[in-house]
Amino acid sequence: MDKSTIATVHPDMPARRYPGPQGKRPRKALSGRNIMLYGALGLAALYYLLPLYVMVVTSLKGMPEIRVGNIFSPPLEITFEPWVKAWAQACTGLNCDGLSRGFWNSVKIMVPSVIVSIAIASVNGYALANWRFKGADLFFTILIVGAFIPYQVMIYPIVIVLRELGLYGTLTGLIVVHSIFGMPILTLLFRNYFVSLPEELFKAARIDGAGFWQIYFRIMLPMALPIFVVAMILQVTGIWNDFLFGVVFTRPENYPMTVQLNNIVNSVQGVKEYNVNMAATLLTGAVPLFVYFVSGRLFVRGIAAGAVKG
Amino acid sequence: MHDNLSSRSRTSVSIRELSLSFGAVTVLENLNLDIYDGEFLVLLGSSGCGKSTLLNCIAGLLEPTEGQIIIKDRNVTWEEPKDRGIGMVFQSYALYPQMTVEKNLSFGLRVARVPRDEIDRRVKRAAAILQIEPLLKRKPAELSGGQRQRVAIGRALVRDVDVFLFDEPLSNLDAKLRSELRVEIKRLHQSLQNTMIYVTHDQIEALTLADRIAIMKSGVIQQLDDPITIYNRPRNRFVAGFIGSPSMNFLSGELAEAGGEVVFRTADTQFSLAGYDHAQPLIPGRKVVLGLRPEHIKVDRDVVGGEVHEAIVDIEEPMGADNLLWLKYAGQTMSVRIGGERRYRVGSRVKLGFDMTMASIFDGETEERL
Repeated sequence: MDKSTIATVHPDMPARRYPGPQGKRPRKALSGRNIMLYGALGLAALYYLLPLYVMVVTSLKGMPEIRVGNIFSPPLEITFEPWVKAWAQACTGLNCDGLSRGFWNSVKIMVPSVIVSIAIASVNGYALANWRFKGADLFFTILIVGAFIPYQVMIYPIVIVLRELGLYGTLTGLIVVHSIFGMPILTLLFRNYFVSLPEELFKAARIDGAGFWQIYFRIMLPMALPIFVVAMILQVTGIWNDFLFGVVFTRPENYPMTVQLNNIVNSVQGVKEYNVNMAATLLTGAVPLFVYFVSGRLFVRGIAAGAVKG
Repeated sequence: MHDNLSSRSRTSVSIRELSLSFGAVTVLENLNLDIYDGEFLVLLGSSGCGKSTLLNCIAGLLEPTEGQIIIKDRNVTWEEPKDRGIGMVFQSYALYPQMTVEKNLSFGLRVARVPRDEIDRRVKRAAAILQIEPLLKRKPAELSGGQRQRVAIGRALVRDVDVFLFDEPLSNLDAKLRSELRVEIKRLHQSLQNTMIYVTHDQIEALTLADRIAIMKSGVIQQLDDPITIYNRPRNRFVAGFIGSPSMNFLSGELAEAGGEVVFRTADTQFSLAGYDHAQPLIPGRKVVLGLRPEHIKVDRDVVGGEVHEAIVDIEEPMGADNLLWLKYAGQTMSVRIGGERRYRVGSRVKLGFDMTMASIFDGETEERL
């Protein structure tokens, strides 16, 4: 073939390609870069998973096996007795019905707190974003400043306020406290979300005659599902993991799970039951973990798609 | 056109001494505007001129600092948007994403607790007018841009309003759809005979749709007239330069006296103003700007009688139906529109004739039309 025709296509021949790469780009699975990358990631993961591993294996061992002292070895004989004991029999103070009491206390604290705080904060955020009332910016600034004041500073005044209200030591009091402390960050979250929605949707709803609550419930709420999930995750984990407010604002019979866990683990009488302690700790941490795994995928969804030019 | 307007002199929307400022920034200043019943009024201006702000004030979405808004003889200055008898169409369509087209259309009626069968009847009628019946069960995300804007128009339609407000409704659409929907909006206006107030920055939309155009700049209406008057007799230099594409040619010079008549004179040229229909006296010595639209300059064979000037072709832009010549004349660049079949070589000499009956002369200082 003539050299000058090398790039031309003959009708009776398959299209001739230029020399060089064709098809998929070749990739080396074990390139130096990949080994470094996955090696580093693997090491970091191992480092963080090791304590969890120790906790799990310890919680499945009997006390004689633990006394041998080999904390990394898997259990020779798997037993679920520590878990049962942690849940139903471990003693704190006078009660010997295990963590289950704290679990249900925590549920009783968390569920209303999450609902109340999110309900109020979402309306706050909606009002701040769409109904620019006089002094809205000032109100918002004050609210945000609240997020930066250390909790410890406010504990004593709140104790006094709750006492005067007759709520000190009650579950209601703790729920009020949790709702108040969740307010700055949740309001910020909701406000920013509602600000990001197209303003014209709000205007259109007003032209259509919808009022404050109708726009909130029929237009904004259905579009705010992703941010509600985010707020719920934040509040569930935050309130479940709370120790300080739980120990300060409730009485022993209402102690949340975290406080009870502390009391089990830190009890000074008798033998330290490491396996029970580990099981109790894992049980306490299970709820936030569960919430993360279940709702993580709901996180970001293009709910607002179609409202504006796509 | 003028007879038509005077015959329907009933005022639909009246804006009296309206001002609006955000803090120190004044967006609208002492604005007066009467819109007739059934009129299609276009608010035209570049971004930031206050046209959308004015529309939002009429809609009741913004509270004016001063002034009053009267719709159908009712002072609605402090009324809620829903009580003003207006429907509004937005640039971004603003359809409720979680609702089907049908629910989008009926939302306002459901809020107002209109009976079920009445809602159905009105939704059906609007869907038929806009030809969106097959889309009623779909969600906005499943619609194209043109379909979405149709639904948005339908939302105003079902509410049986006196006044339609359009806030740049076609700006998010591509060019082809835009011209299609433009015609549809015009047809809609012809069949409904509603008052429509339409905000745009697109002069083609303004010229094609409007009964009257209000050209705005910095919160002030520069000129309020029918499109042909705006085009041919712009009241000031801003209006003259804003309307028309390519823009009007401007020559700076002064008025002078020569041979018993007033002429226009620059450093490089001088010509007669015979035929110019002036509204104010042309006083020699005055600094002026002379404006000529590209199609009002005659070239070569079209030049019949009058003074003949000469220019050199700098650039040729054939546009199919038209051919646009950029000429060098008297030290300036001028654009001239001729028929698409007439072609010129760059650098060739052409003869020019200026049609003074179609010219505009503006005062050099006030920029007002003389």
